Amino acid sequence: MDSPFGLLAELTYRCPLACAYCSNPLNMEDYTDELGTDEWRRVLVEARDLGVLQCHLSGGEPLLRRDLEEIVAGAHEAGMYTNLVTSALGLSRRRADRLRAAGLDHVQVSIQADEPAVSDTIAGTPSFHRKIEAMGVVKELGWPLTLNVVLHRQNIDHVADLLALAEEVGADRVELANTQYYGWALRNRAALLPSRAQLAAAETVVRAARERLRDRMDVVYVIPDYYSRYPKPCMGGWASRQLTVTPNGDVLPCPAAQSLPLPRAGVREHPLSWIWAESPVMTAFRGTDWMPDPCRSCERRELDFGGCRCQAFQLTGDAARTDPVCHLSPDHAVVDQVVRAANEEARPADALLVPRPHRAGRP
Amino acid sequence: MDPTRNGPVRNGSTRDRPAPDGSAPDRSAGEVRVRHSDRPRLARHVRLSYSGTRQRHILLLPETVVVLNDSGAGILALCDGRRTVAEIAAELGTRYRRVPDDPVLDGEVRRFLARLVTRRCVELLDGSELPDGREHVDG
Repeated sequence: MDSPFGLLAELTYRCPLACAYCSNPLNMEDYTDELGTDEWRRVLVEARDLGVLQCHLSGGEPLLRRDLEEIVAGAHEAGMYTNLVTSALGLSRRRADRLRAAGLDHVQVSIQADEPAVSDTIAGTPSFHRKIEAMGVVKELGWPLTLNVVLHRQNIDHVADLLALAEEVGADRVELANTQYYGWALRNRAALLPSRAQLAAAETVVRAARERLRDRMDVVYVIPDYYSRYPKPCMGGWASRQLTVTPNGDVLPCPAAQSLPLPRAGVREHPLSWIWAESPVMTAFRGTDWMPDPCRSCERRELDFGGCRCQAFQLTGDAARTDPVCHLSPDHAVVDQVVRAANEEARPADALLVPRPHRAGRP
Repeated sequence: MDPTRNGPVRNGSTRDRPAPDGSAPDRSAGEVRVRHSDRPRLARHVRLSYSGTRQRHILLLPETVVVLNDSGAGILALCDGRRTVAEIAAELGTRYRRVPDDPVLDGEVRRFLARLVTRRCVELLDGSELPDGREHVDG
């Protein structure tokens, strides 16, 4: 068993945005009993002792936690590199100064599109201009800035303009990641999955930009795995490099794993070290012993680890099957069918999206 | 949460994937040439740290952890933006009792630094400029 490198701390699922591709769970009401400040600080020390070196503070919107500064300070004091993943709504100059003083190392700001009207429509709230302003604050305080953009059918044709925006705000990194289909994104899949022609055009733009910006900006591009021949090496292997703690203290190998029928293990009941080493949610798919064929006998089993367990469960009802994205999977037809539909000429470019609610019980 | 984040999602990228010795640059940048007169230093936003759990020095930067071996950590500890690559190699040569101007050690140091420059963990200051912006005057 390896030591984990990264902790994804999901501080709350409350969010001022309502993006239809959100990967947060659909059952948000199960997560309203959030861990308190002292509980988080204890978890961070336990994570450090387990070997965690990077702490990603996310949600929902982590700035909605009034104690975010104290949580950042806890991670910083534990020697971790701290990374805030935010919509930037609520990142005033005053708040930013306090986070800087608490030891925050890196800020990632999401943007929904390259221009205000589309961005605000997808976010479900006027936010574009506030985000740009907050990015200025991030740069002013000397933080490295990553711009996060989720790509999908309705904005992927603007990838050149999105890259230009990243340059304009002075981003050090830009992550252009096609939607992966979990949570609310799975519900909206038909409206979000781009066509093959859209992807090809975007990739040409990204390749040229990488070359041009090589000395100034890291351009990370993630394709939608539905279009790849082999599955993604999900999380670098189940419970191998990363762990997630959800707002109510559940510990998971990845945030989507809450959807799997595995017994829960929470930091309120157990030490993190026990959960990582021994809880069924962590051991269920660790290593390669659980694999069925074709993974079991595949020479790529240590490269992609059978793909994503959550995706296998969502698409086949069995988390222990080969990720259907793989062309060798006996279930590959379910992915094929969705991809074929996305490439039909009659498919509209701007089908209606179902937004996620801002918080539990208040759509 | 924005699904580029973590999750099952960003596994396509290099996040937190350690390279045991700082090798395998993940960017397809062109060849980086490290000269003897260059003055390397850690890039802004990069922190040299130590993991007690792993008993290894590590580099921490956005979305990346680089686990260093002892010789890599030894090189980086000397990258202060003042010492030149030649001086670093010489200092390590003394430490490891190599012959003066050992070409193997010199090559190792330059290749190691080139890989980290490609990954933007290390910056090279030109031989003629000091980190505070003053011109360096020889002699």
